[in-house]
Amino acid sequence: MFTAFADNPNLWYVAAGSALLGLTSGALGCFAVLRRQSLLGDALAHAALPGVCLAFWLTGSKSLSVLLAGALAAAWLGALWVLGILRGTRLKEDAALGIVLSVFFGGGIVLLTALQHRPNAAQAGLDKFLFGQAAALVPEDLRVLGALAAAALAVLALAFKEFKLLAFDREFGAALGRPMHRIEVVLTTLLVVAVILGLQTVGVVLMAAMLIAPAVAARQWTDSLGRMVLLAGGLGALSGVAGAVLSALGPHLPTGPLIVLAATGVLGVSLALAPRRGLVWAWWRLRAHRRQVRRENLLADLYRLGEPGRDWAQAHGPAALAGVRGLPVGQVRRTLGQLRRRGWLEAAGARWRLTGSGLTEARRVVRNHRLWELFLARRLDLASDHVHRDAEEMEHTLPPEVVAELDRLLGQPHTGTHGEPIPRPGERNEPSP
Amino acid sequence: MKPVPQMPAQTVAPPTATSGPTASPPAVEVHDLTVAYHTQPVLWDVDFALPPGRLVAVIGPNGAGKSTLLKAILGLVPLTAGWVEIFGRPPREQRARIGYVPQRESVDWDFPTDALDVVLMGLYGRLGWFRRPGRRERERALNALAQVGMAAFARRQIGQLSGGQQQRVFLARALVQDAALYFMDEPFAGVDAATERTIAGLLRELRSAGKTVVAVHHDLQTVREYFDWVVLLNLRLVAAGPVEQVFTPENLHTTYGGRLPVLTQAAETRLRRGTGSD
Repeated sequence: MFTAFADNPNLWYVAAGSALLGLTSGALGCFAVLRRQSLLGDALAHAALPGVCLAFWLTGSKSLSVLLAGALAAAWLGALWVLGILRGTRLKEDAALGIVLSVFFGGGIVLLTALQHRPNAAQAGLDKFLFGQAAALVPEDLRVLGALAAAALAVLALAFKEFKLLAFDREFGAALGRPMHRIEVVLTTLLVVAVILGLQTVGVVLMAAMLIAPAVAARQWTDSLGRMVLLAGGLGALSGVAGAVLSALGPHLPTGPLIVLAATGVLGVSLALAPRRGLVWAWWRLRAHRRQVRRENLLADLYRLGEPGRDWAQAHGPAALAGVRGLPVGQVRRTLGQLRRRGWLEAAGARWRLTGSGLTEARRVVRNHRLWELFLARRLDLASDHVHRDAEEMEHTLPPEVVAELDRLLGQPHTGTHGEPIPRPGERNEPSP
Repeated sequence: MKPVPQMPAQTVAPPTATSGPTASPPAVEVHDLTVAYHTQPVLWDVDFALPPGRLVAVIGPNGAGKSTLLKAILGLVPLTAGWVEIFGRPPREQRARIGYVPQRESVDWDFPTDALDVVLMGLYGRLGWFRRPGRRERERALNALAQVGMAAFARRQIGQLSGGQQQRVFLARALVQDAALYFMDEPFAGVDAATERTIAGLLRELRSAGKTVVAVHHDLQTVREYFDWVVLLNLRLVAAGPVEQVFTPENLHTTYGGRLPVLTQAAETRLRRGTGSD
């Protein structure tokens, strides 16, 4: 990677420009995503194209500042048009975005095609704005991009609280008397700037990804808007640099699409691995819950088997235990192993019986089950043959304070719906006389 | 929407005579209020005046325009006709004296923020542009959270709160506004018993502090228990006045178009037998 920088001094400029783009679009993209306006960036980027073409047509200049000024004007008009359609008609947001995107982009393509036939158009390389061409970045361009990014981020920092209010509860903001429409215009203008920053590097077509991917990835890792914005900016910048470096590693590797792929990679990792919101996390939690349910069911079965003679010293084989609920014997063996490691079961030859602590745990599960059944039957007037299945699920998840409350509500009952005894926590473990 | 039987709206004048020799302006006065969404009328010719210091329930069937009435008074939806005054002045001049509790479903509770941060939003109007909430604001927000029994949840992400707890956060956000007049859109909707008790207690506290509360309410059983004025609405105003004068079976019949759901019928039977609420 360092040799890549040394061999190619131009890579510094490309990486810096891509980082600026990632930082700005990541931070501002958070608001687009949270306001469910992920596609606004797409419409704005496409709306910029006719601006680039018109700026070149009118001035004949191919300086980046001139072309970006045109892009800014066109995208901003497109943004205002979207807001105007939403306020003035009954059209929904997706329709408004679709209209603006296709009208502006169609116009842009017509202009682009017409301009191709003018003598100096080929050198201007207007078509690079379609898919981006980061390699063309020069120090002069960087100054323009840097100034735009700094201005956008400064306004974001100043009006952060207003943007948060807009994104979370616009109507409440209006009731407070805050000028919510003006705040929305300012935020949309910043989004336009973020989109413009990426036009030369990533291009019109892929720019929306840079607004969405870092923001969605950042949301996975934090529950605070401030941290989300910082993190999305950081991940965006990282994707920018990664894409720039990757494209320098081989010939004919396009920078823009690689930046987008890097951002998508970050997003994929975040969706999979983030704590609490990640897929792996969810899968792991589900697995842990299933295993807990199996363990508790087996404990409860062992308790019920010993209940008639109040004799829990007797051991039972895996096949017999599997027969109780019709489970595969292999699964029951695995569950038995988990229970033994927790010290709740002990082996007696090939058979198993509850230890003292296992009996306490089993009693807790059965107690939860029978209290819940009784609650459903008495308080919700459900027939006693309807309550078992529900209790089968609830027995594993009832928190102790709810159990205590149930016990109190039901008047510390001793007998359940089907006439069976409800075990209490401190009971003796010996067989009854 | 079923047509509402033609019947002159029965309005009881605010008892300015009892509130002292210098007649204070009504907390809310609505005159000939009409709201339409894209030619679909939502509220027609609504007139009423609410005296200050009362707990007012706005009731009516689904689609009767209850939420729209609150939003029209707050200036959140454009009026097709009519005018609104808050303490004798246009609403836009009275923002600092108005607190608002929107419907809980109106926001995305997965938003990355915590309870304290949401309550702080109640102070944004006072802070204006660019100023961040500081320690004093945070203390006030924490106090408001404590007032609704949510102090322990200040730093909890709002999506991890129960429905009742979310509703209490919204109430705390309105309390921190320290308003004279509160508008609440279904504060009792879908909350647990503990939250319902908290909100009912809070309403009484607000009344003893001389505040006015106008709340959209959906549970006819508890109207007498929690409120002292009612506004009965079904596109048009059916009646507005003190509960004991206006919350009558006849008015309820008119409001609900004569076909009452079971719960409403039960409440009505209780009213007819004169047992009222317990």
